[in-house]
Amino acid sequence: MSGLSRRGVLGLAGAGVAAVGIGAAAGVLASGEPAPAPRGPDPSAPVPFRGQHQAGIITPAQDRMHFVAFDVTTRDRGALVELLREWTAAAERMTAGREAAEGGAVGGSRQAPPADTGEALDLPASALTLTIGFGPSLFDDRFGLADRRPEALVDLPHFRGDDLDAKRGGGDICVQACANDPQVAVHAIRNLARIGFGKVAVRWSQLGFGRTSSTSTAQATPRNLFGFKDGTNNLKAEDPAALAEHVWVTEGPRWMVGGTYLVARRIRMHIEIWDRTSLAEQEDIVGRAKGSGAPLGQTAEFDPVDLHVRGAGGVPLIPDDSHIRLASAESLGGARILRRGYNFTDGSDGLGHLDAGLFFVCFNRDSRKQFIPMQQALSAHDRMMEYLEHTGSGHFACPPGLAEGRFWGDDLFG
Amino acid sequence: MTARPLRACLTGVAALVTLTACGDSGAAPGGAGGPIAVQAKDDACGVARAEADAGTITFEVTNGGSRVTEFYLYGEGDRIMGEVENITPGLTRKLIVEVADGGKYQTSCRPGMTGDGIRAEFTVKGAAARQADANTQLGEATKGYQRYVNAQVEPLQTKTAEFVAAVKAGKVDEAKALFPVARTYWERIEPVAESFGDLDPRIDAREADLEPGQEFTGFHRLEKDLWVSGLRADSGKVADQLQTDVTEIVNRAKTVELTPLQLANGAKELLDEVATGKITGEEDTFSHTDLWDFQANVEGSKAAVAALRPVVEGRDAALAKTIDERFAAVQSLLDKQRAGDGFKLYTDLSAAEVKAFAEAVDALGEPISKVAEVVAQK
Repeated sequence: MSGLSRRGVLGLAGAGVAAVGIGAAAGVLASGEPAPAPRGPDPSAPVPFRGQHQAGIITPAQDRMHFVAFDVTTRDRGALVELLREWTAAAERMTAGREAAEGGAVGGSRQAPPADTGEALDLPASALTLTIGFGPSLFDDRFGLADRRPEALVDLPHFRGDDLDAKRGGGDICVQACANDPQVAVHAIRNLARIGFGKVAVRWSQLGFGRTSSTSTAQATPRNLFGFKDGTNNLKAEDPAALAEHVWVTEGPRWMVGGTYLVARRIRMHIEIWDRTSLAEQEDIVGRAKGSGAPLGQTAEFDPVDLHVRGAGGVPLIPDDSHIRLASAESLGGARILRRGYNFTDGSDGLGHLDAGLFFVCFNRDSRKQFIPMQQALSAHDRMMEYLEHTGSGHFACPPGLAEGRFWGDDLFG
Repeated sequence: MTARPLRACLTGVAALVTLTACGDSGAAPGGAGGPIAVQAKDDACGVARAEADAGTITFEVTNGGSRVTEFYLYGEGDRIMGEVENITPGLTRKLIVEVADGGKYQTSCRPGMTGDGIRAEFTVKGAAARQADANTQLGEATKGYQRYVNAQVEPLQTKTAEFVAAVKAGKVDEAKALFPVARTYWERIEPVAESFGDLDPRIDAREADLEPGQEFTGFHRLEKDLWVSGLRADSGKVADQLQTDVTEIVNRAKTVELTPLQLANGAKELLDEVATGKITGEEDTFSHTDLWDFQANVEGSKAAVAALRPVVEGRDAALAKTIDERFAAVQSLLDKQRAGDGFKLYTDLSAAEVKAFAEAVDALGEPISKVAEVVAQK
C-alpha cells in the first residue's frame, strides 16, 4: 500500500526551503543590513536519522517533545537486542515521515490490528528526531553489561531540596522524541512502546509543549514559564570546538565514544508565587532584564555576562545568589552544558494551581564534572530554588550516531 | 522553608524613591551624549568627558595597561555609585550607573586593583526628579513593625527555652506540646529571621533541604526525634545549640531595621511560605502541626500589613479593604480547624479542606503582592 506513504513530498520541498532560508539569512548578515529575527530551518522537513552523532542533540531545538523512559521487563538478552533492532527500523522510518511499518496504518490485513497506529498519517516529518539513551540500571546483572557501564554514568546524588517522585524518574532506556508537531512526537513514542510490549514497559513519560532553549544561532531564544529568555548562553551547533569540549565523549568504553550523557529533570515551577513577585526581584533572581534578556548591567541579550560590575554601595548588579551567576562557566571552573529543555503543563495540582514547569534536559560530556557541580551550586544557593521543586530525574548514556546498517545498542551489546 | 534573605535590592532612602537601583533596564543606554570612553592605563585614567547629565551614565572602560584594573564612580565621602572590577589588559567593559543627583563626583581607575586609584573630578548636571522621603506615615510603619518584632522575640526566647528544657529532661509529651508553641513566635517573624542567612538553616532546615554533608539540626531535627525515632544521644546537644542560635536571632532581630518596602515584601513572603510549605504539609512532616505555623505566618503577614495600613489606606483604599476581607476569609477557615488551644493535625484535613485553604491563600496573596508598589509610590 503505497498510496498513503506519509509526507515524502512535503518533506523534500521543506528541505529545499530550509536551504534557501539559511542562505538568505547569511546574505543579509554579510551585507551589514539589520538581521531579521532569526528563524530556524523549515519546520516540516525531515532530519537525517543516521550520522556521526545522534539527531536530537545539536539539531535546532524543535518546538515539542515527548520523552519516555522504559523498564526492560524481559530477562532475555537476545530479545532485548532484537527489540533494539526493530526499534531502529521503525525509528528510521518515522523520522523520515513514514509509518512505523510499511503500509502499517491501513495496508495490512483487515482482520489484524494495524501495525502503525495511524494518527500521524498525512502529517509531515516535522523534524522528528528520536534519541536513545541507556540508564544506570541497565548495567546490573540482568544482561551481562556490568563491565560496560561507563564510569561517568553515575547515579545522580541527592540535591538539596529534591522532592523526587519515584514514578517520574530513572529507567533502563530512554527515548527522547522531538518534533515540530506534538502529534508526530507522541505517535513515535506510542509506536515504539507498542513494539516493545512484553520486552519493555513505559516507566514514565513527559510531554513538553514549547522549547526553552535554542541550540542553533539560527534560532531566537525562547522564554520559559517565568517569562524570561532561557539559555541565551547555550552551546550552539555552530560552535563545534565548544561541542567537542563540553558535549561529545572521547574517553570511557568504546561504545560511548562520540556519544554524550543526558540528564533529565522535571522541575515544577511555583508560577503563581512567582507571578506575585516584583519585576525588580524577578530580574535580580535571574540576573537578566526580563524584556531584552540582557544581563544586568548590560544593554543587549548577547552582551557578555559581566559578573564584576557593582552598583551603589558596591553591591553586585548580578547578585551573588542569582541564577546566571551560579550557572555561569566562570563560577563553575569553565563547565558548560548543552541545554535542550521544554516547558510543560501537566494539568493542575488539585489545589487551584497549574502543575507547570520546565522539563530540563541537558547533554554533557561528563555529568560528574558538568551537570552535577552546576546543580549542586544551584540547589544550594540559587534564590530561584524558592520557586522550584525538582520532581523527576534521570541520567542516561546516549551512544554516538549510527552508520548505515547499524542499529541502536549494537556496539554496547556486541 | 528555605531561606530567602529579606534583602532587598533597596538600600537606603534613595532606593525607596527610585526603584532603578534594582536593575531597571528601561532607561536609554548611555544617556545624553552616549557612552563615555575611559582609557585605563597603568599610570593614567583618561575619561573622555568629565561631565554628564543626571540619570543613566554609561562608561566604557578599556584597559590599555599591563595590569588588571578596576573603574569606580564615587559620590561624596567615597560612597560607591558603581564599579566594574577585574578588567584584564586589552579588555573593554561597560559600567552603567544611575545617578539621580547633580553634583561633584569622582572617577577612579585602580591598576592592580589596589590603592586609592587614579582619580579625577566628574560633574553631574541637573537632577533627576526625586523627592525626599518626608512621609512620616512610612517612618511610623517601620517603627510599628519593629515593636511587633520585639514583642515576638521575648516569648520566642522563653518558649524555646521551655521546649529545650523538656527535650533535655526527656519529657517527650511536654516537649511535643511545646514544639508548635515555640515555633509560632518563630514563624510570625520568619522573614526577619531569614535575613540572618546562616542562622535560619541551622534553626529551621527541613531534612530534604540539607546540603550533602550538612548536619540536620534545629527544630525539625528535634521534631523527628520526638515523633519518629525517639530521643537520641545527641538530642540534648542539638537542643542546646537551638537555644544558642535562637538567642542570637533574638539579639539581632531587636536591632534590625526594615524599610517599608521590605515590610511589604515580608508580608508577601510569609504567604508564599504558607502556599509552598504549609499547604503541602511539608513543613512539619513528622508532627503534622503545620496549621500552627500556618496561623503564625498569617499573623506575621497581617502585622506587617497593619503597620503599613495607614499608607495603603490613604493611597489605595480599595486595596486595603480587599486585603482586610481576604485576611478574614483565611482566618475563618483556620478557626474551623481549631482543637483545644491549637489546631487539628494537618493529616486530619480532608482534600476539600486543603483545597479551600489553598484558594483562600492565593486570593489573599494577590492583593498583598500589590502593597509594595503602593508603598513605593512617590
